[in-house]
Amino acid sequence: MSALPSSKLEDEETMPGVVPPPPAVAAAPRLDPYKLREDFPILRRKVHGKPLVYLDNANTSQKPQAVIEATDHFYREINANIHRGNHWLSEKATEAYEGAREKVRRFINAPDSKEVIFVRGATEAVNLVASSFGQAFVREGDEILITAMEHHSNIVPWQLLCERTGAKLKVASINDDGELMFEELERLLSPRTKLVSVVHVSNALGTVNPVKRIIDLAHSRSVPVFVDGAQAMPHLPVDVTALDCDFYAFSGHKMFGPTGIGALYGKSKWLCTMPPYQGGGDMILSVSFEKTTYNVLPWKFEAGTANIAGGAGLGATVEYLESVGMSAIAAWEHELLAYGTERLLEVPGLRIIGTAREKASVLSFVIDGIHPHDIGTILDRDGIAVRTGHHCAQPVMTRFCLPATARASLAFYNTREDIDALVKGLHEVRKVMG
Amino acid sequence: MSDLRELYQEVILDHNRAPHNYRAVQDANRTAQGYNPLCGDQLTLTLRVEDDVVKEVGFLGQGCAISKASASLMTDSVKGKSTAEVEALFERFHLLLTGPPDVKADPKGLGKLAVFAGVREFPVRVKCATLAWHTLHNALKGEEQASTE
Repeated sequence: MSALPSSKLEDEETMPGVVPPPPAVAAAPRLDPYKLREDFPILRRKVHGKPLVYLDNANTSQKPQAVIEATDHFYREINANIHRGNHWLSEKATEAYEGAREKVRRFINAPDSKEVIFVRGATEAVNLVASSFGQAFVREGDEILITAMEHHSNIVPWQLLCERTGAKLKVASINDDGELMFEELERLLSPRTKLVSVVHVSNALGTVNPVKRIIDLAHSRSVPVFVDGAQAMPHLPVDVTALDCDFYAFSGHKMFGPTGIGALYGKSKWLCTMPPYQGGGDMILSVSFEKTTYNVLPWKFEAGTANIAGGAGLGATVEYLESVGMSAIAAWEHELLAYGTERLLEVPGLRIIGTAREKASVLSFVIDGIHPHDIGTILDRDGIAVRTGHHCAQPVMTRFCLPATARASLAFYNTREDIDALVKGLHEVRKVMG
Repeated sequence: MSDLRELYQEVILDHNRAPHNYRAVQDANRTAQGYNPLCGDQLTLTLRVEDDVVKEVGFLGQGCAISKASASLMTDSVKGKSTAEVEALFERFHLLLTGPPDVKADPKGLGKLAVFAGVREFPVRVKCATLAWHTLHNALKGEEQASTE
């Protein structure tokens, strides 16, 4: 299995550890990762006495000062409950929360902020749609179509729905490079398919799925598409209007925002016809024991007091990302991923899992004779944080006949020096493990 | 670096590369599965117990160096022991791994198992070192599943 196009970059000719000048990237806006790192206080700390090399971004990302300050400011200055109480603080808190909704709408280019539902994260978004869309539209014998590279959170909610309704879960395979077998997806798309749910960027393999193509195909058969964008949002520009997806879900914490807040974009034509997900305060217009009237969008799907400070933090997050520029982020990470791939392959016995042509951020790998768990422990002592295990994608591990992989996952604040440290650490791993 | 050398001692690396008793025991009358969902380590233990004594024991499975070496050294050290002796040894082994960091580990009576003293500095790896033992404990009690979660 080849990991990269065979053309050798000039980088390969240089001495290990010597950083060559970056190749020119045509017309792409540039960013300075060294300068941007200064926005992230945690990146200045040491771990086990070594400077932190944080390469576990697909697990969760670090937070810039602007986001830390936004949540801090919320609690210090304007904390109150929202949408109720006519006092000044409540008004300010509501402005912060609803203002964040508008910022998120703009960031993903959704037509209307009422189509942006705040949730705990992408997992809750999948559960919301599986539950509510399922209740409205999925019956016994119907089918939900997913791919073999999904995170558990885009598998299990559909399995639960299938158990409840008697619907069937269909799974389109992936090839040895970790790419979706598009023709199989097309073949599995049947008159019984009620929804296609597909990951935008795979967390375990880094594969970028051709979501636009999938959406166009599904729509040609009148089937709506849910896109799990948790791993795409921190790395790529996302435009839900251009994609024309029916649902798009993401988590704040994977894109440099707070934990416990995320969003579900949904076309109002679906959201209006779906029943509420949870009942409680804020999602109602009026309640009596005889008849309860539900609130309008988006609040119909937001029962109970929300993660208001998290919402304010997510608003600051997307503003921060806009200031950096998603195209610049995508361009830098593309360059870094190519450099990381080349350098990792210098390590004897190392094999990269996930070699799709279109990839983002993820370097999943195994080393002959060394279990990923041991790799993780030894790298950690060098201050290098990677994830080892099945990455909540056990079917992907099964597909590649592996119990686990080690995974280095990048963010825009990573540098060539971080990759160099990883490669040096992996040579150390081989030495320790004899 | 020195605590890594403590953890990955030569004996542990040897047993990882060439584990002892890596097989299914013929005529086994006890078996159990062990699974660590966190890292995916899993092993199957088969034993022949006669008159309350472990006559034969073997394991199969996959895991990190610590869990594999631990299973290998465990099978060596429990053969010929009574079930009560095995349980007492597990207790002592567990104490070696989880005792307070400021108290020096007591390797007395542990024989070769003392090489796992270094695990104490790596709390997340304790489960790797004890997976085989939990599985053995369950096999002796007649329970077929062990999990470190």
